[in-house]
Amino acid sequence: MREISVERITEAIREMCMEANYTLSPDMQEALNRAQCTEESPLGEEILSMLAQNLKVAKEEKIPICQDTGMAVVFLEIGQDVHLSGGSLTEAVNRGVALGYKEGYLRKSVVKDPLIRENTNDNTPAVIHTEIVDGEHVKITLAPKGFGSENMSKVYMLKPADGREGVKERIVTAVKEAGPNACPPLVVGVGIGGTFEKCALLAKKALLRETGEPHPDAHIAALEQEIMKECNELGIGPAGLGGSSTVLAVHIETFATHIAGLPVAVNICCHVNRHCSREL
Amino acid sequence: MKKIITTPLTEEVTTNLTAGDIVSITGVIYSARDAAHKRMTETLAAGGALPFEIKDAVIYYLGPSPAREGQVIGSAGPTTSGRMDAYTPQLLELGLRGMIGKGKRSAEVIETMKKTKAVYFAAVGGAGALLSKHITKSEVIAYDDLGTEAIHKLYVEDFPAIVVIDCKGNSLYK
Ligand code: SF4
Repeated sequence: MREISVERITEAIREMCMEANYTLSPDMQEALNRAQCTEESPLGEEILSMLAQNLKVAKEEKIPICQDTGMAVVFLEIGQDVHLSGGSLTEAVNRGVALGYKEGYLRKSVVKDPLIRENTNDNTPAVIHTEIVDGEHVKITLAPKGFGSENMSKVYMLKPADGREGVKERIVTAVKEAGPNACPPLVVGVGIGGTFEKCALLAKKALLRETGEPHPDAHIAALEQEIMKECNELGIGPAGLGGSSTVLAVHIETFATHIAGLPVAVNICCHVNRHCSREL
Repeated sequence: MKKIITTPLTEEVTTNLTAGDIVSITGVIYSARDAAHKRMTETLAAGGALPFEIKDAVIYYLGPSPAREGQVIGSAGPTTSGRMDAYTPQLLELGLRGMIGKGKRSAEVIETMKKTKAVYFAAVGGAGALLSKHITKSEVIAYDDLGTEAIHKLYVEDFPAIVVIDCKGNSLYK
């Protein structure tokens, strides 16, 4: 049994809120650079070069990459041989978010009640997903999510007869509808299978994958490639102003499902696909 | 070729802008997003006055991140304009001449823009750090309690934008 104080979790999350909002992970930066090299529209290319400059300014001057610094989504993988001590885990996570958003001059974008809509003023609560895993470590992943792209996400409960083509068609349609609203070039996270909520969580987790890394199953990897190609033929382009870089990557995660169902979730993410991880 | 435009934005200028034009904007503009639009509409319904001169004004759909000490403003890129569509026709009828945001607009907004000779510009979404460098003054002039959603009077210099919907209703978005 290993003991870990929840204070360390607070501290890690505080730092990660700032890190994720000032810098993109190297794989995201590379994906954007690649897009700049292949973009066919001159305006599209100019926009991609603005995005590259934006990342530079953000990193150097510690200005958030985007003013929508997101709702904090926190994934915790907790080893089953860990004992968390020193207080409530949920409170520790939220304290980390509140501290990070204040100290980092990040925007507070969370309202307490979805209908009354009063700002909580510290960007809490975070959305927390915990999973108990083997071992004696805690892995924390923070993914602040902006809502321009979150709002364009979808869950479909397809029929088994819809099959591969049906799945493909829905994902491409979701990207088409997202268009300029979701700040393309996009990363498209997809969950196929499971239940209603499981596929949505898979889609969210798919956004955390190293950008452009293919799925280990060859038939899913092929589907990712096909969808990406079709999306990039839509002509939406950077900022939705036309061009060949609409999607930087399509990441699909799958899970077993029921004989009667084919759930599909599409979590759209903008080019500011922020995430960072730490292991304690 | 970049077209240089200044605010207040007159009909003479907007009628010469076409979807696809790249522009540079200099002058005073106002930030307003969801909550500020809701409140402006409520104010008008109650017979009150808007917190700024709407005639020939430009609204930037923006909720900035907080400024550090010594900064004018934090990150300051556009938010999705479509959420303001329900409130926009009324403001256009009152003289609102330009809007800066990102994303599609409703058919009703576009029809009203044609009638009132207004234009809709896109700023690059997710480029808030870079765009903040073009804002040289910022002051909250109304609805302070709304935090980031308060109305800011902004002075922009050489602010880069693209005409996506012109006053003839042509749109650059597919
Ligand atoms: S969709 Fe992404 S890039 Fe666009 S405004 Fe929201 S967080 Fe920023």
